[in-house]
Amino acid sequence: MAECHPVGFQWVIEARNRGAKVIHVDPRFTRTSAMANEYVPLRAGTDIAFLGGLINYVLSNEKDFREYLIAYTNAPAILREEFADTEDLDGLFSGFDPETLSYDPETWAYEGAEAAPAAGRRSDIVGDSPPEHSGPDQYGSGGATIGAKPKVDPSLRHPRCVYQVLKRHFSRYTPELVEEVCGVPPEHFRRVAEAITENSGRERTTAFCYSVGWTQHTVGVQYIRTASILQALLGNIGRPGGGILALRGHASIQGSTDIPTLYNILPGYIPMPLAEHELDLDQFVQEDAGQTGFWGNMRAYLVSMLKAWWGAAAAEDNDFCFDYLPRLTGDHGTYQTVLNQISGECKGYFLVGENPAVGSANAKLQRLGMSNLDWLVVRDLQMIESATFWKDGPEIESGELRTEEIGTEVFFLPAAAHTEKEGAFTNTQRLLQWHHKAVEPPGEARSDLWFFYHLGRVIQRKLEGSSEPRDRPLRELVWDYPCEGEIREPSAEAVLAEINGRGPDGPLSMYTQLADDGSTSCGCWIYCGVYADGHNHAANRQPGSEQSWVAPGWAWAWPDNRRILYNRASADPAGRPWSERKRYIWWSDEQRRWVGADKPDFEPTKAPDYTPEPGAKAQDALAGDNPFIMQTDGRAWLFAPAGLLDGPLPTHYEPHESPVANPLYGQGQNPTRQVFDRKYNRYNPPDGVFPYVFTTYRLTEHHTAGGMSRDLPYLSELQPEFFCEVSPELATERELEHLGWATIVSARTAIEARVLVTDRIRPLRMRGRTVHQVGLPYHWGPNGLSTGDAANELLSVVLDPNVHIQEAKAATCDIVPGRRPRGESLQRYVDSYRRRAGIPEEADR
Amino acid sequence: MSSVYRLSGLLADPAGEAGYRDDHPERVGFFTDTSVCIGCKACEVACKEWNLVPEQGLDLLGQSYDNTGALGADSWRHVAFIEQRVPDPSVTSSGTDLGMPGIGAPEQPAAAEEGSGMRWLMSSDVCKHCTHAACLDVCPTGSLFRTEFGTVVVQEDICNGCGYCIPACPYGVIGQREGDGRAWKCTLCYDRLGDGLEPACAKACPTDSIQFGDLDELRERADRRLAELHQDGVGEARLYGRDPDDGVGGDGAFFLLLDEPEVYGLPPDPVVTTRDLPAMWKHAAAAAASVAATVVLSFLGRRR
Ligand code: SF4
Repeated sequence: MAECHPVGFQWVIEARNRGAKVIHVDPRFTRTSAMANEYVPLRAGTDIAFLGGLINYVLSNEKDFREYLIAYTNAPAILREEFADTEDLDGLFSGFDPETLSYDPETWAYEGAEAAPAAGRRSDIVGDSPPEHSGPDQYGSGGATIGAKPKVDPSLRHPRCVYQVLKRHFSRYTPELVEEVCGVPPEHFRRVAEAITENSGRERTTAFCYSVGWTQHTVGVQYIRTASILQALLGNIGRPGGGILALRGHASIQGSTDIPTLYNILPGYIPMPLAEHELDLDQFVQEDAGQTGFWGNMRAYLVSMLKAWWGAAAAEDNDFCFDYLPRLTGDHGTYQTVLNQISGECKGYFLVGENPAVGSANAKLQRLGMSNLDWLVVRDLQMIESATFWKDGPEIESGELRTEEIGTEVFFLPAAAHTEKEGAFTNTQRLLQWHHKAVEPPGEARSDLWFFYHLGRVIQRKLEGSSEPRDRPLRELVWDYPCEGEIREPSAEAVLAEINGRGPDGPLSMYTQLADDGSTSCGCWIYCGVYADGHNHAANRQPGSEQSWVAPGWAWAWPDNRRILYNRASADPAGRPWSERKRYIWWSDEQRRWVGADKPDFEPTKAPDYTPEPGAKAQDALAGDNPFIMQTDGRAWLFAPAGLLDGPLPTHYEPHESPVANPLYGQGQNPTRQVFDRKYNRYNPPDGVFPYVFTTYRLTEHHTAGGMSRDLPYLSELQPEFFCEVSPELATERELEHLGWATIVSARTAIEARVLVTDRIRPLRMRGRTVHQVGLPYHWGPNGLSTGDAANELLSVVLDPNVHIQEAKAATCDIVPGRRPRGESLQRYVDSYRRRAGIPEEADR
Repeated sequence: MSSVYRLSGLLADPAGEAGYRDDHPERVGFFTDTSVCIGCKACEVACKEWNLVPEQGLDLLGQSYDNTGALGADSWRHVAFIEQRVPDPSVTSSGTDLGMPGIGAPEQPAAAEEGSGMRWLMSSDVCKHCTHAACLDVCPTGSLFRTEFGTVVVQEDICNGCGYCIPACPYGVIGQREGDGRAWKCTLCYDRLGDGLEPACAKACPTDSIQFGDLDELRERADRRLAELHQDGVGEARLYGRDPDDGVGGDGAFFLLLDEPEVYGLPPDPVVTTRDLPAMWKHAAAAAASVAATVVLSFLGRRR
């Protein structure tokens, strides 16, 4: 966090100065470790085992927050008799189909509840081959729906209640197992376990911060699930000082999922409709909206969005233009798209602030895809590698591609930086912060808003006379933002106002005002209220000294300016604070409403003793002590009866490429991971040819794939070239010299880097075996001032089944002293490795 | 004015000593608390941005994450990174010794000290704006002067590149810029101070490792912080350059360190070099000769 979020890290320092204990768990000793009270090195790719160990510690020592657990989680829910755990099936859950390598989740449902809508429902109909399907990211922010309330055993003694199942599932994760898998000595593990449990409960809370070190794995979603289970057991969700904080990698990556640049969700986490199944609005809402909880109002959110897009054209009698929405026909995720480029299916590509030629896993695959397009638009601040690969990329040097044979027409359009345009960033804590323009963009540089607005305008003009039905969605789109100044910059505030939404009486102030009859419009329901009363609340900047400690006057958080989600859980079931020290939101009997320092993330006047009538819908179906209002049962899910493609509980699987076998089960890896074993994407087998683990990461001095930093002299001089980090022990083993060169090899290719020998990387010892790790910052490429090979050349494409994220944080390699071969001999060099590892020859080289 | 004031010893008001009227502003400075420095180098970049200091070359130095190396004409802030091995409790304590070679430093006793086997010190160095500034004392043109804020600044339009100041500085802070010949160093953002702004580095520092303010107040703050750390068991914490009684009469920019000054590349006991003026003149004569040669070369170079 200190490395990649130095500005946010000031608050960690402040907390530490006030007595908070900071624990850092990471394969490498980083600037964060330097500031931590406790640093725990572990093998890359083993965090589920580490967190699982903590869960086992909590359960077996009864350190859980019992009242919270019983009232607010699904610990007491009873599961079906047919459910079988990984403990019973040697690493698989019940419902696995070895043919399709996927699960039928029917047996994961609660007893007595109607069968959960299949987590694979969408996967049955999208994707061409079984493992290449889409998952729970399509369930919106509420996760999957379940058909009915579970039977519960508040005593937690029923052998099939979630609590008991959990206990049994994690009982294997002993400190000794943690040592064997992660390389963390038991004593060290125990210190962490004690610190976390001592700082959880009524009086204290513990927070977890994570980033792509947790997500970029073939079990990435389950990493986060493991942390969620731990935090729910300890009662650390919905309370001040608790939570699980995703540190997003760029200024507005949170914003880019809220108002998504993802293919499978619409604004506000509404799933994207499917091509063949969801033909009309009613059917779509019926299949995807939860019947209970706030997702029960999805129709209002969606109709209001359609009204924002198509205005007067969207009416009751034409299903509010639901038909105009694009439909999913398969996996259109970024890696599938690259494969489609190579196969010739995808012909055009926009790159907006992305540099996949060096910044995405298996960079060669990315370049081969881009070399096979009709057109490519690159909008960036600098001439990045993704704009120049056709004349100076590694394949040109190696002779694999020739410039004159690449048909892709590349358009480079200079982009305006954030200081040259206005708009909002939505950051980690869902905070929308407005930024103003400081200077005009130079030359022909333009904002993304300018580009997309005027592109849309020109397309609309070209379609003016068209009578084709297929052009109607574009022709009828409301596209009329006011423009200002010489360059005709569209007003970002007008866009924000549209996102906020309008009703008959002007700007809306809260999403509960949204209607499903077409009387309201709203571009993104969770952002409704950011422009309440016609005022840009994202631009609010009330100083901390002039307001409460929760600071509601600084910018605006979605939803409804609530700063902690599910904060009803900060009070006990009766509505009283769990403790004076941790009081946040509580029920006032006099005022008959929830009061406190924040806005309640709950209906403000729903009393703690409210019990729903049978058959109640949406939020009315949740009781006054159900804090998790986006879930259909109002509870935090320790066990996920639906919604995940790879199991209802997390369990440790080895990374796809690992030097060790899974010590837990015969099943080594996540059985449902997405594998693409083909030319240009071969995998390292687990034998001795690629004996070392490597992990990729960022440094403070550079930004991601370098487009924003490698051309700046002041940043480039601070980290002037690509390097790898190795331990003194590995340096001795492989005769690597400090500041000398090393060649690092995988089945994909070989790259070279200067060597930093450092004590900050250490060999890990697990039951008599030593595992060495190699650290590779991934900022570099051949362009710019500060140059070097791209670490992403080494990575393969292998994905988490749920969200299609690449496994970039743990893979295997070899490392040898000296520079890599050049030109054609590079391929021959890598071929010799492939032969030794028994990988099939690349057919037509 | 450079010849009349005291060259060493206690001096409460260097600006007053330099001739400013009694209503001159309070003396300001930096307190750099290295115990919260995260090594982000925002200070280095902010300094260069604000003061238009040129890039100094792209060299991978291999000194941990430090690729700046030292203070100089083109680096007015320099963040040092020091990697140290310390006892690792997870390897050495309570019966969990795995019978293998330890990761932590084996020669050290199995201390109960909390640690990770590793310590990474980071510290942002800067011109000390000494109470007795030798650079200023030896400057023949008056380019180096004491400001009304008690800081020490080179005026770029007056400096003739004689270079006397360079060996005079007991900290090796000031440097001559290549291809320019003039001496450059931290101005404590003199232009910003005039506008009531804090220096760029202090403004950019996310963790408040660099604190700017009235020197008296900073010294009190530093004393409090030191006491706090000592109370928390960080016995190795110490202040450097805080003492008005030291060899330079105390620094305008002083530090809280977590190890001996030498570990950070700082002289353990700096003394204002003008205490030994005769020796200085020898250096200066040599410097003058080399500057003369540079000037001739630059004239030749311009005749293209
Ligand atoms: S800006 Fe502050 S935290 Fe960052 S390196 Fe400089 S002194 Fe350290």
